[in-house]
Amino acid sequence: MSVKLTTRQVGDVTVIDANGRITLGEGASTFRDTIRDLAVKGDKKLLVNLSDVSYIDSSGIGEMVSGFTTVTNHGGVLKLLGLTKRVKDLLQITKLYTVFEVFEDEATAVRSFN
Amino acid sequence: MAERQMLLDSTLDSVEVAEAAVLQDAQAIGFQEDDLHQLGMAVRESMVNAVVHGNRYNARKKVRLSVTKDPDRLTIIIADEGDGFDMNALPDPLAEENLLRQSGRGLLLIQAFVDEFEVSRAQPSGTEVRMVKYLAKAS
Repeated sequence: MSVKLTTRQVGDVTVIDANGRITLGEGASTFRDTIRDLAVKGDKKLLVNLSDVSYIDSSGIGEMVSGFTTVTNHGGVLKLLGLTKRVKDLLQITKLYTVFEVFEDEATAVRSFN
Repeated sequence: MAERQMLLDSTLDSVEVAEAAVLQDAQAIGFQEDDLHQLGMAVRESMVNAVVHGNRYNARKKVRLSVTKDPDRLTIIIADEGDGFDMNALPDPLAEENLLRQSGRGLLLIQAFVDEFEVSRAQPSGTEVRMVKYLAKAS
């Protein structure tokens, strides 16, 4: 199974709920296209909810970093929500915990944009 | 000691095949969930390197997978037929200036998830990656 992404608005924050695997191939490209389209459309506050993501490989991590850069370059902010222990471990191993702002609670995450 | 040998095509489907095969062997000698996940990811990253960077999806080139089961450990060898690479020449993915690079984290993850990791030249050409994970060190 690849990744399924659905977007919803919470105030002026766009929440992207991800479900499945973000791995090389369809999963990673779906993730990349969705984030890029939102950034180009002008969405400035993006919160990626990873609580239902079971697996991310190095390509998936690469797309998360790429998404972060794309959104930043368009004047926006991308933050992460609901990391599983495995995804948290990956961010720690790769030192990306120092790059991404990470939240466990959606309301707190949404408030942090303002 | 039991050994599995597979000769796989240079496709992304082979990544799934190799991961499933290794996980089957790992389960058979008693690895548990977290270690299975780590092994699966190490195999996935190695296979992607072999298929994408080593063999460059070349239909004439194969990836060799060898899995040896011992009572206390699993040894996995993944070899491609590519041009090889110099590990020392790769950018450090943990260096501040490389943190926002899109790629280059695969080997870092492999090393984090197995107990032993070696890269050598395959014969007659290509790269051979040898990984060992010990059951005794399983959490």
